[in-house]
This record gives sequence, structure tokens and C-alpha cells, in this order.
Amino acid sequence: MAQIFHRSTNALSRITIFGGVFFLAVLIWAADQWTRSSYMTGQDVVLHQPVPFSHDHHTAQLGIDCRYCHTSVEESAFAGIPPTATCMNCHNLIWNESPMLEPVRQSYATNTPIQWQRVHDLPDFVYFNHSIHVAKGVGCESCHGRVDEMPLIYQAETLQMEWCLSCHRDPAPNTRPRDQVVTMGFDPKDHGVDPAQLAEEYNVQSLIYCSVCHR
Amino acid sequence: MAKKRTEPDRPIQMRHPIIAEGHTPATVTDQISAVVLTKTPRWWYVGFAVAFSLVMVLFMALAQLFVKGVGIWGLNNPVNWGFAIINFVWWIGIGHAGTLISAILLLLRQNWRNSINRFAEAMTLFAVACAGLFPLIHMGRPWRFYYMLPIPNTFDLWPQFRSPLIWDVFAVTTYALVSALFWYVGLIPDLATLRDRAKNKFAQHAYGILAAGWRGSSRHWHNYEVASMLLAGLATPLVVSVHTVVSFDFAASQLPGWHATIFPPYFVAGAVFAGFAMVITLAVPLRALFGLNDFITLRHLQNMAKVMLATGMVVSYGYAIEIFMAWYSGNGFEQFMITNRIGGPYKYAWFALILCNVLSIQLLWFKRVRKSVPMLFVVAMFVNVGMWLERFVIIVTSLHRDFLPSSWDMYSGTRWDWATYVGTIGLFLALMFLFIRFLPMISIFEMRMILPEADEVKEGKK
Repeated sequence: MAQIFHRSTNALSRITIFGGVFFLAVLIWAADQWTRSSYMTGQDVVLHQPVPFSHDHHTAQLGIDCRYCHTSVEESAFAGIPPTATCMNCHNLIWNESPMLEPVRQSYATNTPIQWQRVHDLPDFVYFNHSIHVAKGVGCESCHGRVDEMPLIYQAETLQMEWCLSCHRDPAPNTRPRDQVVTMGFDPKDHGVDPAQLAEEYNVQSLIYCSVCHR
Repeated sequence: MAKKRTEPDRPIQMRHPIIAEGHTPATVTDQISAVVLTKTPRWWYVGFAVAFSLVMVLFMALAQLFVKGVGIWGLNNPVNWGFAIINFVWWIGIGHAGTLISAILLLLRQNWRNSINRFAEAMTLFAVACAGLFPLIHMGRPWRFYYMLPIPNTFDLWPQFRSPLIWDVFAVTTYALVSALFWYVGLIPDLATLRDRAKNKFAQHAYGILAAGWRGSSRHWHNYEVASMLLAGLATPLVVSVHTVVSFDFAASQLPGWHATIFPPYFVAGAVFAGFAMVITLAVPLRALFGLNDFITLRHLQNMAKVMLATGMVVSYGYAIEIFMAWYSGNGFEQFMITNRIGGPYKYAWFALILCNVLSIQLLWFKRVRKSVPMLFVVAMFVNVGMWLERFVIIVTSLHRDFLPSSWDMYSGTRWDWATYVGTIGLFLALMFLFIRFLPMISIFEMRMILPEADEVKEGKK
């Protein structure tokens, strides 16, 4: 009886089996990379804004406090986006002819807000409150990164749940004195404080049950 | 002084042998492989068409479910588990006979199993496929099913390992995997037979690829024996563990009617009971339609009837103990649950269940009933219905009378519930029809091993 299969079928079937295993491994690796990529998370991506506002220039070089613009960060869930009037406090006097600031003046004149692109956008099913984090001594930079080194703002962290949990499971290392919350490049050694002791003093708890954030 | 016993020179002739007389290896192979390799009989098309149209009903019910959500089912506030869980437990129970036959009876060297193990295993696989559908679709968002699996994820979360529902995921996937492997490994030598006997090129190639280069060398046979023994060893604990875990879904809760230590053994016995009923339900028409009475003999049917009677008595004992414990515990909630189950609004379901699962099987004590094929079929059908009713009674009567009388409600399946259920029966039958058409439904090489000639080879006479 004639053979149904050619000799090469042996090699082919081995290649298929091992190739299949290899392919599956690559697929799993790719899926893992993809879900953590900046394409999915938006991490490190600079969004196009109506005005190229530089946090670096305004904070590090001019020394403006975060709370000058983000006024509600200490008492509200939302840190607050400043109204155009806040910009115009200075910019009606300085750089008031700059073409770069034309949209700001337009907004002020016509009383329509500037359409900023939201950089830190949590999903709607997540409850997040800025005020409690600030009150417990979590610094701005712990989540937002070195804003003072960003000429154009971007999302410094992944904002994925594993990232939230990495601190919620062990919040002590990210605790700092309340008066140092807005400090950039904070080092507890410079201030002679022990984060663990502070966490105890501020009654910082590890809150990791579902309904803390998914209400 | 005792007389010295003399060995009979021939084994005592069984009244009902496990294979009819006059068969040789060639006739066995011819007759079983002919079912697959000859022209498709007309009744097959009719049967498959009916089954396949029921699969379409299933698809319609699923489409409706995915569009509208679980609100199309009859679920309400106290009865949050309905048809989906009833059907899941029913199907997964049916699968158990296949595993028992293929694994435990193999290890116990019960070689009468050789003629029924193949299609019983197929039945297991298809039943598990139907069962697995229900937990998936009963989730509000079935596309999120992978949340149940412990895969690395960006939430940094594991499933809740303390929940029996997660144990279920592991139990059922392991079960499906081991059953599929066991079934496939057992098929390889027969696939090679079909490859060698197939006339058309496509069939030769299809069976050839599936036969994975089987040439029947002694090394192949040795590997096969080792693999099938290992898989039998792996599958044996599954016979007990899978339905035990399923019973934990109920027993680990604190609901009267569910929270009982008898549940695991009572569920396992119920599963084997339901499974053997389904094997008889399938074996009776199959042997008639394909003229396989020589291979699936009265002896097989009688043996299965005995297993059914034994496990059915264990199940009956479970019912009795439930009632006894309600009284003996002195717990008012338990007592209310039992009186409501027997005398409440669902009393007819309970009485029907007792009729099907306790009373009907008492007929099997009589040899005349065990030897009568139509009677066996009728009893098996009663048990199929009874085991579905059992799950209905356990789930619905325990839930519908809540601790808070203001939330009491009645439950019944909607037409979509029924369409889904009937649809899975269609899926099961359609897969079964495909299986009997394209694969040997009886293990050819294992049948050759139970021929009298095989014993002579073993004893070195040939």
C-alpha cells in the first residue's frame, strides 16, 4: 500500500507542535506587553493642548505653588482646573502681547473656558478623592511625578489598578509631613522624618477592599 | 477434610457474555469501522437535522441573552439562581458515568467496560461542554469570564480562592481537559485503523493526521498503555472531586436546604446515577440502530442497571437523611424548609422527584426488568427527568422562601430559560450524531482484547 504521507510529515508535525507552543508563549508575552503599553495606559504621552502651558516654567522657575491654580486639592475630590481668570492675574500684565497666549486672551474676552485635554483621566467606575490623600500626607509627586521637570505635562504613572494597589497595600513609604505635600523631589532624610512614624501619626490605613474605590 | 477443588478446563460460560459468540478480530473491526466508513444512513440525516435545529434555538436564546441580559430569565429577588445552575449541575452530573466507566472500571480491570467506554467518554465530553456553557452565560457580562482565572493582570488581583465558585472553575476545566485527553489518547489506535481502511483520500488524511503516526509497533503499544494508565489514575479522583466541588457551591453557603454535610457524597452518587441513566438512554437506541447487539449485550445493560440501582439507593438515602436531619437538628428554619419542600407550593415537583428517583428504580430489583430493554430505557428516562427535578427542588425550594417573608416569591423558567435548556440538549445530541458518524463509537482494539482468542494469546496457547 502506498504511503499516505511523505517522509517530511514527521518533521512538519514536530515543527507544528513546538512552533505552536512557541507561538502561544509569544502571544501571551505580547498580550502582557500590550496591556501595559503607553498605548493602553496613556503613560508618558504628551497630549496636544490649546496652549503649550509649561509646569516646569511656572513652578520650578517662577516658584508658584501647585495650590495657586489647583485650588480645591485640599478640600475636594477634584484638584481643580484654574479658570482663565487665574491665568490673567499675571498675563494681563506680562506677556500680554504674546501670540502663544492668544487663546487665553480669547477665552477671557469671550468668557468661554479653554478646552484643555484631560491628562489624568480615571475610569468613571473608580472613586478618587484628592483631599483625603493630601490630608494623609501623600505628596503630589507620588502620583503626578516630577511636574517641575515637565515643560509639557504628561501622565507619569500607568494609573492601572495594580499601581493604585502598590501604594494602598503599603502606604507608609509614600507618607510625608503635611506641609511638604507640594514639595518636588522630597526626601525624608533631608527633613529628618520617619515615614512609618508619620503614617502612624496620621492614622494612615491600608484600605484595599473593593468598595473603597468602586462605590 | 475438604475436597480438593478441581479447576474447570474451560471458564464457566456466562449466560450473557460481554461479546456475542463467533466473533474474530476481523469481524469486530469490520463491523465497528463499517459504521463510520459506509454510506450515511438516512435516519442519521433526519436525527442530525432535528438536533441541529435545536442548536439554532440555543443560538437564538443566547443572542437574545447577550442583547437583553439575564433579565429575560425568570430570576427574581429571592431566587437568584435558576435554570442556569440547575442545568449546569444536571449536565455535569451526567458526565460522571463516562469517567467512572473509563477510569475506575479500567483500573479495576472490569473489561465489560470495553464496549461502552468510548461513547460514554464522548458523552462526558459533550455533557461537560453543555454544562460549561451555563456558568459562562449566567454571568451578567460573559465576556469578562476570564476574571475567574488566575492570570497575571494589571489589576494585581487574584480570584477569590476562598469561594467554591472558583474551585468550580478549576474542577470543571481540569475535568474537561483530562476527559478530552483520555478520550483522544484512547482513540489513537482506532484512528489508525480507520486511516488504513478509509477509501477516500480526504478521510485517509484526516484520520491519518489525528492518528499521529500510529503504526502499532510494540513501543507504540507500550507508550499507549503507560499513558492510558496514567490518565486513568488522574481521572479517578475527578469522579469524586468534581461533583463534590459542585456540591460545595451549595453546602458552603448558609442557606437551609443547602448547608448540609451530606451534600458531597449525595451529589457524587447522584452524578453517577444520572450518568448511567444517560448511558443507557444512549446505548439502547445506538445498539438497535447500528445492529451492535453483539457488542453491547444484555450483560452490559444489566450491569449498568445494577450500578443505577446502587447509586439510586444512595441518593434515596440522601433524601431521607435531609428529612431526618431537619427534624433531628431541632432547627426551626431547617424544619420549615423541609415542610415547605414537601408540602409547599412546589410539592408536585418534590413528589415527581421521589417518583422518578426513588420509586421507579425499585423495579430494577427484578431480574425480569433488568433483562427487558424497553423497561430499562423507560426507567432511565425517569431518572433523567428525576435528576433534573432534584436540582430544581434543591435550588428553588431552598431559595424562594427567604428568611424575610416580605421577599418571598415564586420562580418559574421563562420561554428563554426553556429555549436555552432545550438548546443544550440539541447541542449534546448534535455532537453525539457527529461523533457516531465520524469516529468509532466502540473501541475496536479494546473489543479485540476481550475476544476469547485474546485470552489464549495471553496464556501462550497461540
